Amino acid sequence: MKDTHAISLKVNGRRHELVVEARRTLADMLRHDLGYTGTHLGCEHGICGACTVILDGAPVRACLVFGVQADGADVRTVEGLADGEQLSDLQQAFSDHHALQCGFCTPGFLMLAEAYLADADRAPELSTEQARELVASNLCRCTGYQGIVDAVLATAPARRPHGNPAGG
Amino acid sequence: MNVIGARLPRKEDPRLLRGRGRFGDDISAPGQLWARIVRSQSAHGRVRELDVSQAVTAPGVVAVVTARDLPPGLVIPVRLAVPGTDLGRYLQPVLAGRTVRYVGEPLAVVVGDDPYACEDAAELIEIDIAEAPAVLDARTAPEHVAAELTAGYGDVDAAFSGARHVVRIELAIGRHSGVPLEPRCLLAVPDPDAGSLSVFGMTKVPVFNRDLLAGLLGMDEALIRVHAVDAGGGFGVRGEFYPEDFLVPWLAATLARPVKWAEDRAEHLMAVNHSRQQHHRIAAAFDAEGRITGLADEITHDNGAYCRTHGVAVPELTVAMLPGPYRVPAYRGRVRVVLTNKTPCGTYRAPGRFEGTAAREHLLDVAADQLGLDRIELRRRNLLTPDELPHQRPITTLRTDLVLDTGDYPALLAAAAREADRLGYHALVEGSGRGGPGTGPGRTGGGRLRGFGLAMFVEKSGLGPHETADVTVSKSGAVHVYSGGTSMGQGIETVLAQIAADALGVDPGTVRVVTGDTAAQPFGAGSWASRSTVVGGSAVHQAATAVRQRAVELAARMLEAAEEDLGLEGGSVAVRGDPAIRLTLAEIAQGAEPAGGYLRPGEPAGLSARRRFEVSHMTYPYGAHAAVVEVDPETGQVRVLRYLVVYEVGRAINPMLVEGQLRGGVAQGIGGALMEEFGYDDAGQPQSISLAEYRMPTAAEVPPVDVLVSQDAPAPGNPLGVMGAGEGGVNAVGAAVANAVRDALGLAGAVGQLPLTPARVRALCEGREGAV
Repeated sequence: MKDTHAISLKVNGRRHELVVEARRTLADMLRHDLGYTGTHLGCEHGICGACTVILDGAPVRACLVFGVQADGADVRTVEGLADGEQLSDLQQAFSDHHALQCGFCTPGFLMLAEAYLADADRAPELSTEQARELVASNLCRCTGYQGIVDAVLATAPARRPHGNPAGG
Repeated sequence: MNVIGARLPRKEDPRLLRGRGRFGDDISAPGQLWARIVRSQSAHGRVRELDVSQAVTAPGVVAVVTARDLPPGLVIPVRLAVPGTDLGRYLQPVLAGRTVRYVGEPLAVVVGDDPYACEDAAELIEIDIAEAPAVLDARTAPEHVAAELTAGYGDVDAAFSGARHVVRIELAIGRHSGVPLEPRCLLAVPDPDAGSLSVFGMTKVPVFNRDLLAGLLGMDEALIRVHAVDAGGGFGVRGEFYPEDFLVPWLAATLARPVKWAEDRAEHLMAVNHSRQQHHRIAAAFDAEGRITGLADEITHDNGAYCRTHGVAVPELTVAMLPGPYRVPAYRGRVRVVLTNKTPCGTYRAPGRFEGTAAREHLLDVAADQLGLDRIELRRRNLLTPDELPHQRPITTLRTDLVLDTGDYPALLAAAAREADRLGYHALVEGSGRGGPGTGPGRTGGGRLRGFGLAMFVEKSGLGPHETADVTVSKSGAVHVYSGGTSMGQGIETVLAQIAADALGVDPGTVRVVTGDTAAQPFGAGSWASRSTVVGGSAVHQAATAVRQRAVELAARMLEAAEEDLGLEGGSVAVRGDPAIRLTLAEIAQGAEPAGGYLRPGEPAGLSARRRFEVSHMTYPYGAHAAVVEVDPETGQVRVLRYLVVYEVGRAINPMLVEGQLRGGVAQGIGGALMEEFGYDDAGQPQSISLAEYRMPTAAEVPPVDVLVSQDAPAPGNPLGVMGAGEGGVNAVGAAVANAVRDALGLAGAVGQLPLTPARVRALCEGREGAV
């Protein structure tokens, strides 16, 4: 008898209701139950970060979170970054700075950086050292990281403070 | 319009940035089953019992397959055979039968409705193995030699006996692998009525794998279609024909259902080809002026438990490429290929060269110090000069004669030394208080030691013997390229579009490139050995040029003009001097339709051409790497502070992509030089089966990499003048980092072993020099 749960969550602003097994990871649920295959699995043990998504504002490894833990949550995935056909500033910067080759780790880096840059207080002040430290959270086997660091640095100044000035 | 040489944004980027890439596990088929491979947990032993009875009846399980269920005698053949070697006894069976030879060897497959259920059922299989001793040290296992290869020429013994100086070192290279971020994945979809099979996830050499699979399944190869997918990194390991590449299609054909297999990271690290592990005893003889008179290397190559598709290509490349860019009058490279109870080996980016360059260039640094010569000056004296090229060595590799084709090695070395100086590399070392090479280590304020290392190398690229491309202009005027190359992240779609656009005088944005689909290009030889831009690009250039000629021929007919009065520019054929009289490529393509009205009887329809580029020799790019490192003698930690690659590519189609290849290669090389290693315990249990244990560099370990791409030596053997760029970034990192660490520590001898992990560096600091 499977241990299943009925849950409801929002992905990129769209509501989904589904029944998942308790042990099913958020990554498998996003990919195989909901069709968000842009979230990639590189190690399934939390090291590589390719599966990084934004869960209620925080970047998380979707391989280390169970789907049921996202019940009631707001999830953002790489599919939600672009505005229609228009790439986001961060996505465009990745292309401009040759921050991707095979592109498998790219969604994880995008969501990691997106979560960081969404913090209005720190984004415009991002230093090279901070950008490197941020990028060091995930693994890329193709680029040598320079393009990723440059893309994040290039995006940061343009991110203007927004949202609740009191910090929620 | 100068399309070649432009830093155009990649065609691949938008889909990958949006999460719309189509990687193997992103594709599913209705009614699909999942496969889970059950692997040996013993390094060596006899299989006494393999009881699958509980697994077969587990919920969701459709079938459990062992060696008994497969056609008998199935082994994976060698793709790259070295003439004169017979490896038939050492090939890997698809599933182990009576004997297992490494941890991770496939023993059984569970097929079921759901991957979680398959994993549950796999744990119900009872495996009883009578363990046998595991062979883990290739150097002490002479009875396990699968092959012995020698490359060389000249009287080496005389060179050494008559030498003024003889310098010897030993250097061991660690066991590494490519470890692409995407694990392997395969989906096979049968069509029982048509008797055909679709396969998703075979990259690198899809046509070869299709033909091999057809032979193993007893199918007509045209009934198997390998589809194009995105691949999350290749690096040599992805896309070779592994046991799973038979199992998954065979299961799909046998069960008449789609079957998917997606490996997890632990199985990837113990199942996919390992590489690199070699021990070198290398020596050079010099005359009184420091000129090399002889070079000899005795190599032990740990190939793991079987010979796979690469056969003994990696050890062959090691001894073939070892003399590098130098004038070596007498040379002998001998390698013993030893089988051990570890994961079998194949190629990993710059196979044989990462290893050989490290041994040779480390030897030269030790030699320079012993001879009292500047390390760069010693190299300069021994480099082949432009008037000595082309330089043929009486050596063959990958079934080609080794002919160093073109270049100016001394000029590149001088450029690298100048660039390192200009960028302040030496100041960074001297600023730490050191008095110069040979005067002992310099210390920073924190007691850390800094050192500079340089290494020179020759790469190889553009392996033939052939590549095919089709170029077609559709009725809308769009250009379609069907290449035999494959996409693994290197940007091949962008590069081939630039080449086609250049030949046809169109906007590269209107060019669509299809790679890796055996129906679209049934004659492709794949992407490996830094061959895609050289041979794949040349084929596209030839096919696009033929389309251009055909467009002018048809336009002449349609305009009732003479061909010599017409020119093609900006996507139109126009009368020279009267540009108002013109036809777009779209109009010409429409005219070339069967009912277009302009075809002659018997003339094939369509504005398209297929061309095959053939080449019998490789082209040899070359370069230099320089590193500044900082060593903490307390912890043994090595940090790479600065890194420079100077590399000759003949002609860069897209310099941004060339730089990207070089930077990415350096990052992998730093992993191999300092961090990455597959360790085994005494029983042969792998110690690196997660990414926490197999430590790859992050942005914290890889410094910004300075790159100087040189385009001074166009390759003579292809119409574009290009050389490959895929492996020049990784080739000499082990060498440059080892030399820099040796410089920092002020060692007289060699560092002994790569990777230079903190424990090994501490041992070197404590005077246990050369400890292996």
